[in-house]
Amino acid sequence: MMRHLLSAGDLSRDDATAVLDTAQEMLSIASRPIKKLPTLRGRTVVNLFFEDSTRTRISFEAAAKRLSADVINFSAKGSSVSKGESLKDTALTLQAMGADAVVVRHHGSGAPHRLANAAWIDGAIVNAGDGTHEHPTQALLDAFTMRQHLGPLDGANITIVGDVLHSRVARSNALLLETLGANVTLVAPPTLLPVGVASWPVDTEYDLDAALEKADGVMMLRVQRERMNAAFFPSAREYSRRYGLDARRMARLPEHAIVMHPGPMNRGMEITADVADSDRSVIVEQVTNGVAVRMAVLYLLLSGERPAEPTEEPQA
Amino acid sequence: MSSRTPESAALATARTVLDDRDISRALTRITHEILERNRDASDLVILGIPRRGVPLAARVAARINEVEGVEMPYGSLDITMYRDDLRMRPARALEHTDIPARGIDGAVVVLVDDVLFSGRTIRSALDALNDLGRPKAVQLAVLVDRGHRELPIRADFVGKNLPTSLAENVRVHLAESDGEDAVIIASPTDGTEGDA
Repeated sequence: MMRHLLSAGDLSRDDATAVLDTAQEMLSIASRPIKKLPTLRGRTVVNLFFEDSTRTRISFEAAAKRLSADVINFSAKGSSVSKGESLKDTALTLQAMGADAVVVRHHGSGAPHRLANAAWIDGAIVNAGDGTHEHPTQALLDAFTMRQHLGPLDGANITIVGDVLHSRVARSNALLLETLGANVTLVAPPTLLPVGVASWPVDTEYDLDAALEKADGVMMLRVQRERMNAAFFPSAREYSRRYGLDARRMARLPEHAIVMHPGPMNRGMEITADVADSDRSVIVEQVTNGVAVRMAVLYLLLSGERPAEPTEEPQA
Repeated sequence: MSSRTPESAALATARTVLDDRDISRALTRITHEILERNRDASDLVILGIPRRGVPLAARVAARINEVEGVEMPYGSLDITMYRDDLRMRPARALEHTDIPARGIDGAVVVLVDDVLFSGRTIRSALDALNDLGRPKAVQLAVLVDRGHRELPIRADFVGKNLPTSLAENVRVHLAESDGEDAVIIASPTDGTEGDA
């Protein structure tokens, strides 16, 4: 396993499989009477959130606490950051407090990368979403959910629909799914596909109906309301009509196909309420799996020293 | 857990101390001792400690089924997350924990492992059990006790007491994972430490 988790693209197939296999064991902890393991006792995990994200923060918090780590939540709003403190000084402060891992959510693409490579901090850096760049643990929990329902992802057809241009979830998913052998199709209006998408390991499609019939899984992306007025598409209603998932479109999916959404949902916009609440929707499972996957990531990054060479397994 | 040295480590002497028939006899004896100690099998749950404790637990459970004519619940208990050396070694892959449907509350849990050495694995297993429920009693069955305990822990049922030096490696091979049943003592030639 690597020292940090900055990009889904950094994970080799073996790394990704190790995280998913570990998460499978972590998932069973949730059904125990005592949902806690002593594994990371005495370790400190800082949730450093420069952007609001209650869902991701509490998911990481639950994961760290289930492994008995101490959790410090650092929200930039109302903190020294709003008084003008730089990322470097914030990092040095966390280092001085003895952070073993820093989970970073930042509005600037590349901020976690900067933290990991600037030698301000010794701890492991976990990217919890940076700008429009990446969100690797979301991609891991999506892959975990797909694997649960579809089996091994080699050859699986996954369709990702919506605002790909601004979506770190789409980018991380495209990279990880390619590593795991799945075929990814991005469906979006031309205005919401990134310029360099031709170099991504994906197919692109402007017509959602054409991309449904062979999909094993459909991932709907949130339409960010702040984009509504930015002329990416004529109106919310038109977007919903062309790129929203409703019951009629869901009926075109294969029998076994699943519907995913990273949350939070705009019901009635990119996904209708009846689809979100249907049997095919695994959106609530994604949240449960998110905690297990983040437990696995924290365990693999934080337990143990990284030895110079493989050590022998001790005996009982 | 038994150690697995790299194949490249030159071994001056590797002698087989138990062969498949010895292991079979030892497990049969352990099975009868477990049944004698616990009178009947009604409250028993057999839990193997991965990796090699799990097939041993399955074999003991199968023998109890034969002798008592009952369906003996058995499972596996991964202790990786409870180890006391997690900070000193690279992150390990987790093994599977599989607790029988009846749970362990009020049960007599018999932990099964291949080699009893420092006792640290068993301490971890006791902690793990503690988080899973409250057994009436916990007993320990091991195929080999090689001594060198570092904690006040002992086995209730021992296949073979094997006095060893710290420089030696004890390796357990089982048909399920290694294609053969054998317990082998190997001495390193290059002066390296044995099992830690």
